Amino acid sequence: MSPITGGAFVVATLAKAGLFFTVLILSVMLSTIVERKFAGFIQDRSGPNRVGPWGMLQVIADGIKNIIKEETMPAGAIRPFFLLAPVLAILPATILFAVIPFGAPLPTQWGLVEMIVADVPIGFLYILAIGSIGVYGVALGGWASGSKYSLLGGLRGSAQMISYEVALALSLVPLILLAGDVRVPEIVSMQQAFTAGPATYSTWFLFPLLVGAFFFFVSGLAETNRLPFDLPEAEAELVTGYHTEYSAMKFSMFMIGEFAHVITIAALVTVFFLGGWDIPFWTGDNIRVLSDGTLIGDPTWWKTVLTLGAFSIKASLVVVIFVWIRWTLPRFRYDQLMDLGWKFMLEAVTVYILVIALVILGIEAVGIPKGGWYAFVLFLVNLGLGSVLLFALDKGTLIRGAARRGPEDTGDSDSEGNTVEGKA
Amino acid sequence: MMYDFLFQFFAATAILAGVIMVTRKNPVSAVIFLVVVFFATSGMFLMLDAHYIAAINLILYGGAIMVLFLFVIMLLNLGHTDSEDLRGPFGGLIGGAVAIGFLGLLARLLVGDAPAAASVVPAGEALRAATAEQGIIGVVARPLFGEYFMVLQVTGVLLLAAIVGTILLAQRKHA
Repeated sequence: MSPITGGAFVVATLAKAGLFFTVLILSVMLSTIVERKFAGFIQDRSGPNRVGPWGMLQVIADGIKNIIKEETMPAGAIRPFFLLAPVLAILPATILFAVIPFGAPLPTQWGLVEMIVADVPIGFLYILAIGSIGVYGVALGGWASGSKYSLLGGLRGSAQMISYEVALALSLVPLILLAGDVRVPEIVSMQQAFTAGPATYSTWFLFPLLVGAFFFFVSGLAETNRLPFDLPEAEAELVTGYHTEYSAMKFSMFMIGEFAHVITIAALVTVFFLGGWDIPFWTGDNIRVLSDGTLIGDPTWWKTVLTLGAFSIKASLVVVIFVWIRWTLPRFRYDQLMDLGWKFMLEAVTVYILVIALVILGIEAVGIPKGGWYAFVLFLVNLGLGSVLLFALDKGTLIRGAARRGPEDTGDSDSEGNTVEGKA
Repeated sequence: MMYDFLFQFFAATAILAGVIMVTRKNPVSAVIFLVVVFFATSGMFLMLDAHYIAAINLILYGGAIMVLFLFVIMLLNLGHTDSEDLRGPFGGLIGGAVAIGFLGLLARLLVGDAPAAASVVPAGEALRAATAEQGIIGVVARPLFGEYFMVLQVTGVLLLAAIVGTILLAQRKHA
């Protein structure tokens, strides 16, 4: 069956864009309630439980409240940018969704419809390009509010996002080395098993790239401004940051943007490291469309539905882990955050790329063909690297608490001895 | 038809945003409109099948360099009212003369016997074949890390020297 073309392609793309956008917004609503219920569970209280069954309709009540509340415009605000910033906060996270494949291609009478809005040839680079635009919302929101607290918050937030963006991008380089292609559906296909066509690894990239997945996840946490990296907000002690002056729906848009970002990162983790829409231990769902249009596998509508389900389950699990981490770990201090980003993550990821590249070179020299054993060797290497990494992190030399800081950098010597490092 | 329309859309956006960018008094507005220019030019790169350049244009210029500009402008411009760039009648005269000169050069390109204006056409078959064989990245990466490897390394050393120099200059004040 040939891929869909012509007018049907336009209709299918519009339908997919509308559908996936709706699903994204519904997931954002759902994830806010999941976060609050989970917080309640961890802190041994009920959480929202007044509106609807189990408080599930609390989101809608909050939405209505935010819409009918008064919109304030601070006297010192620079109007066009003040209005632009919330839009820029939502936009990157939502348009990133365009390149994420959600399921196996769907056969229709007009042709094969891939479950991705736009299969751009530069998929991976598109993700980086759009991701780098996300800083504008934070920076502009802080600056345009005309308040020094907002400005400082905006600077704090954008400095953090820029710092971890580097590590985020670099942590995906080994993945590209392994996948050999930047198209996102192709990255998913490489994690499946096929009897025909170019060789694949037939295992999720989580295993051959364990340490890379860890780095990606940590920088993803920092990129989305979630605990333990939620310095941009820090509502209790740092006056919230870049959205201090925003009220009602504009504030709500920043929050929607943040949750959409969380879901996007969860979807990316799923696609890159958890096999995307692949159903484990079953090869029947492995369907691949090569870049020249060749189809391998046997698409049916129920496989599309099943794989959509598999993707949702995996992505939801990642979101739940995000929430779990938020209510488990304490926040980093700002200098620890910067030290971790620039003095540890960046170097560690660079070394990791080098090691993986050398190992791949070695494997190819030995002559192991692409496939399970290839991935297994990389998995063993990653286990070794991971142990070294965790050992080094556990020594507490990389990120120091105030008490352990040397005399040269005790600019603010309130030695409370809060040793955040160690068991984290 | 669609191709022409898209080209005209991106070209008009780029020119319009460029004009707005140089006429803004508020430097932050100028940065935002420059970002719009980068988006429009990236769109034109995409139409030329130069996907890699389009993405890098957004990652480096739209994402990294412009954010840096924004930072610097936001911090330097705190509490200052925006002042005129062209001071006095003399400055205005020089500015106008330079502008007319550049417009003349442009006009000469359009009507004179200057080299034929490059027309925007889709990528040639050669590029298409190379992309199909080596992939989007390979087309750029192979010459970069093969034929032009030395140039790449020298550029890297040059940038490193610039970074070290900047740090040195910044530190001298504290000593």
